Amino acid sequence: MKIGVITFPGSLDDHDAKRAVRLAGGDPVDLWHGEADLKGVDAVVVPGGFSYGDYLRCGAIARFAPVMDELVPAAQGGLPVLGICNGFQILCESHLLPGALIRNDHQKFLCKDQVLSVENASTAWTRDFTAGQQITIALKNGEGCFVADDATLDRLEGEGRVVFRYLQGNPNGSYRDIAGVTNERGNVVGLMPHPEHCVEEGFGPSVDGLAFFTSAIAALANV
Amino acid sequence: MGHVVVDVMLKSEILDPQGQAVAGALPRLGFEQFTDVRQGKRFVLEVEGDVTDAHLAAAREAAERLLSNPVIEDVVSVHDLQDEDRRDETEGSAR
Repeated sequence: MKIGVITFPGSLDDHDAKRAVRLAGGDPVDLWHGEADLKGVDAVVVPGGFSYGDYLRCGAIARFAPVMDELVPAAQGGLPVLGICNGFQILCESHLLPGALIRNDHQKFLCKDQVLSVENASTAWTRDFTAGQQITIALKNGEGCFVADDATLDRLEGEGRVVFRYLQGNPNGSYRDIAGVTNERGNVVGLMPHPEHCVEEGFGPSVDGLAFFTSAIAALANV
Repeated sequence: MGHVVVDVMLKSEILDPQGQAVAGALPRLGFEQFTDVRQGKRFVLEVEGDVTDAHLAAAREAAERLLSNPVIEDVVSVHDLQDEDRRDETEGSAR
């Protein structure tokens, strides 16, 4: 399975994402922000970092990169897409996912091992989990506070589109403890914590991140 | 050359941690009278010649598509910078 990882100016975690894809048994493919070409990949990871220096709003400028002109319609057509941290912010700015990410309520950059509950284990990126499962992966960001209006939050909860929630305390003020969400089809998932950093023994708090990538590969194999 | 001003503010229901931090600092300087602070963004777009209605319309579209995120922000004003100068003069002569 070919899983593309997009590199923007200021992406940080593209190499870890490619490594995670490889460890999960997939073939990582480099995608470049300036080329409107998805190179025939079966899924895409939009990685973390600080695209365009987080200028204007996090993800706001990356959203208009040439590669996004291909990614947005492909995602709307069912291509599995995972946005991690800055990638989540880019997917929100692209309106592929609802809501937005603003500065942490306590104003500080935070880096910690974060416990999450997997609320929805039927998306393309979470099917190797079980609903209600607790996982621990790295969280590191300054603008991770998920916000949306009440009607949107009610709809997300009603439709089971909250994929991850923070446990053991809300680290950034995110409304309703939301750490990650999905689109209506369940093929696009975004979250602030970093599964790609938690795929190998000896690095990070767990290997809970690996199942994100094996989930997508399994989802693709079943199509 | 002309200048179009675009003012963007966070929606009132969205938490504004930066505004809160500023609000927390003001009393330390002796400013006790300000009960809340909201922080926004101001963009100044330059055009050749005077600002026309077409420039303002294009700026409004740019404001909706890039300069603001309608999920969390409102475009509160798109106007010719010169109108601010005229207003300042009017206010100045009234004083």
